[in-house]
Amino acid sequence: MSEAKEFKYIGQRSIRPDGFDKVTGRANYGADLTLPGMIWGKVLRSPHAHAKIKSIDVSKAEALDGVLALASHADLPAVADVAIESGEGSANLIDLASNILAKDKVLYHGHAILAIAARTEAIAERALDLVKVEYEVLPPVMDIRDAIASDAPLLNEKLFTEGLPEKPEKPSNVAARHEFKLGDVEAGFSEAEVTVEREFYTPTVHQGYIEPHACVGRYDENDQSMLWCCTQGHFDVRATTAALLDMKLSQLKVVASEIGGGFGGKTTVYLEPLSLILSRKSGRPVKMVMNRDEVFKASGPGSAARMWVKVGAKKDGTITAMQGQFHYEAGAFKGSPVMMGCMTAFTPYALENVYVEGFDVLVNKPKVAAYRAPGAPQAEFAAEMVVNEIAAKIGMDPIELRLKNAAKEGTQTIYGPKLKRVGLVECLEAVRDSDHYKSALKENQGRGVAAGFWFNVGGQSSVTLNMNLDGTGTIVEGSPDIGGSRASMQLMAAEEMGMPAENFKPIVADTENVAFSAGTGGSRTTFATGMAVIEAAQDVIKQMKERAAALWNVTAEQVDWADGVAINLAGDDRLTAAQICKKADRTGGQISGRGNINARGAGPSFAVHLCDVEVDKDTGKVDVLRYTAAQDAGKAIHPSYVEGQLQGGAVQGIGWALNEEYVYDDNGLLQNPGFLDYRIPLASDLPMIDALVIEVPNAFHPFGVRGVGESGIIPPLGAVGSAVGAAIELPVTDLPCSPPNVLKLIQDNA
Amino acid sequence: MALIKFSGELQKFTGVANHQVKAHDYRSMVEELCLSFPDLKKDALTDMAVAIDGVIIVDPLLEPIESESEVHFLHFVAGG
Repeated sequence: MSEAKEFKYIGQRSIRPDGFDKVTGRANYGADLTLPGMIWGKVLRSPHAHAKIKSIDVSKAEALDGVLALASHADLPAVADVAIESGEGSANLIDLASNILAKDKVLYHGHAILAIAARTEAIAERALDLVKVEYEVLPPVMDIRDAIASDAPLLNEKLFTEGLPEKPEKPSNVAARHEFKLGDVEAGFSEAEVTVEREFYTPTVHQGYIEPHACVGRYDENDQSMLWCCTQGHFDVRATTAALLDMKLSQLKVVASEIGGGFGGKTTVYLEPLSLILSRKSGRPVKMVMNRDEVFKASGPGSAARMWVKVGAKKDGTITAMQGQFHYEAGAFKGSPVMMGCMTAFTPYALENVYVEGFDVLVNKPKVAAYRAPGAPQAEFAAEMVVNEIAAKIGMDPIELRLKNAAKEGTQTIYGPKLKRVGLVECLEAVRDSDHYKSALKENQGRGVAAGFWFNVGGQSSVTLNMNLDGTGTIVEGSPDIGGSRASMQLMAAEEMGMPAENFKPIVADTENVAFSAGTGGSRTTFATGMAVIEAAQDVIKQMKERAAALWNVTAEQVDWADGVAINLAGDDRLTAAQICKKADRTGGQISGRGNINARGAGPSFAVHLCDVEVDKDTGKVDVLRYTAAQDAGKAIHPSYVEGQLQGGAVQGIGWALNEEYVYDDNGLLQNPGFLDYRIPLASDLPMIDALVIEVPNAFHPFGVRGVGESGIIPPLGAVGSAVGAAIELPVTDLPCSPPNVLKLIQDNA
Repeated sequence: MALIKFSGELQKFTGVANHQVKAHDYRSMVEELCLSFPDLKKDALTDMAVAIDGVIIVDPLLEPIESESEVHFLHFVAGG
């Protein structure tokens, strides 16, 4: 699809089919399942950031009445040193095993050491207190600068840096180096009339999903094991858990509960394998639920990063070169999203000369997980801050500067292909033309603008559309509904079939009742699973036409399908879907359509945000006064949910920019593992986010869809950072712009 | 002949940024590349995504390659 077209059902703001259950508390989340005979599992976690485990004495815990099973790293089968596909791409199996239960060393505050199952949660917690662990405490490495020092304590003595020109002789905390280049960056800088270079820092942040990790595992010796869990990808949970426990995929069914937020953080496993081990050892189903303290300490946060960016431009605004060096924290095991930071940092710009270097660095913090456009917000923050500074330096409007250099169809990216049609220019123009951009500011107020790019992905999705005798249909999909996707699937089925949306009921099936589907991530679900729905609907229409033809004794080619009705082109007859389905038993059995696809052609999504803030220069407190978020959605299937994605991404990004950060003490112990001290924005903190949905259709989707889930979190860091900098007339380089940080910046420069 | 463009990291194994190859699909293209550049590991290539004429494809095994195609190997991109 290359141009906008009229739709009958798509674009409606229909009521989400799961909405009533969710607002009335009837929906079942990860902690809501109770099985007969079920017991509780709890996890003993490290009180140290870095230590060798010298011994573990479980005798008193085992003897406690009501304790039914214990699990340590020794209960995990030996796994191969191989990568396994997981939500964030791939993860090393040995690392995964050592993360869910430490082997001989704990690598972060909260690292799991032992799991205990008991009749009640209280007994399990009491048993944890009875375990005696002897540690040899090691110095923690909590910051990139410390980690890359030549004399830094090593987290992993067997880790050698990959990607260096020469094979290193000594192990290091730097797991990998990546390099991307385009043109000749030095030549580009030599053409520049203005250059700006700065160093930036963004802290470790958490996705802040409201529902903690939770699961129930029931091991079955007859190969009928089951996991119920909140996850963004139950097929990924099955693959990872089965690999860790040496099970065949067919021996494990994973049921995705409703999910109370994930944002990338629920794309891996923590509790799930433990509950199955405890279930195997106790013979009972085992429920495990993290508390908030555990979620902060031991699930995967977003990567902290240190970045250096240099931009060169001519005085007419033409950018001649961009260069960046990015160090990202991976946490305790390799695998930060630094490569994606390298690939996205400068992609909003059509450039001839770019050079980017990225480093994946281990520190004594939990292994990072994906967080909405993983890797992009950090690197693009640094790039956008410098672009704004260039605009100020040459006296050019920052949007006009971006329009002059904007990536568009045909732009060569640093990561490989040339862009197809994209909507960055349209987003920039929408923000430039907004009332917001034309409004005036007062004293102590500042305005910032920033752009953001995210690839979006396609991948495998499977859908079955089972038609019922009354002509209604059940959409059986394998993508957990994390952002209202059931409603989008309904609308796409309705559009393709030409029948009202309420005729279709979408359900998220378990791993035994639908074919493999990749996880809900990468902004892929409405795009890819939507394409599978469309394909399944087309399959149903084909069968409907064949069945109608059989009833009319004509060929299928003589039957048309329009508005949910089969039309006999050889006569004047019509049959509704309900009439055809009711007689399906006489024409070959019930009708079921299938769409098992590997979707390609995901259209990148660009976003442009505009932020006004006011800074109290006596306290450093920043108030967001007005915020506009424009983003290219390709085609908004359900506009309310697209607006919600834009607003949600903006709010999370504002939180990242203003207040959120993991605070560790000198011993590497997390000081703020709770929502009272880790401050995410509340509705009362923010103005309404004005969402501008831009629709530049993606030619590779039948309805023009682009993913919208991730781009929206990228620009806020640069937009807020630049707005704060403008208000206090000082360059902001470090996030968050929390009151103490802003006040210090003001006082240091007074 | 299709034009293959190697990323900086693959250039360590190929020594060149661009290479032309005659192939009718992705599988035969990879086989040709491994013959031309023995240091390239087939497994490493097949673990990567690919962009054929600007369209990113994660599992391209059976993808046709046109004589005018431009092909880039990419790192696998996921998301959150």
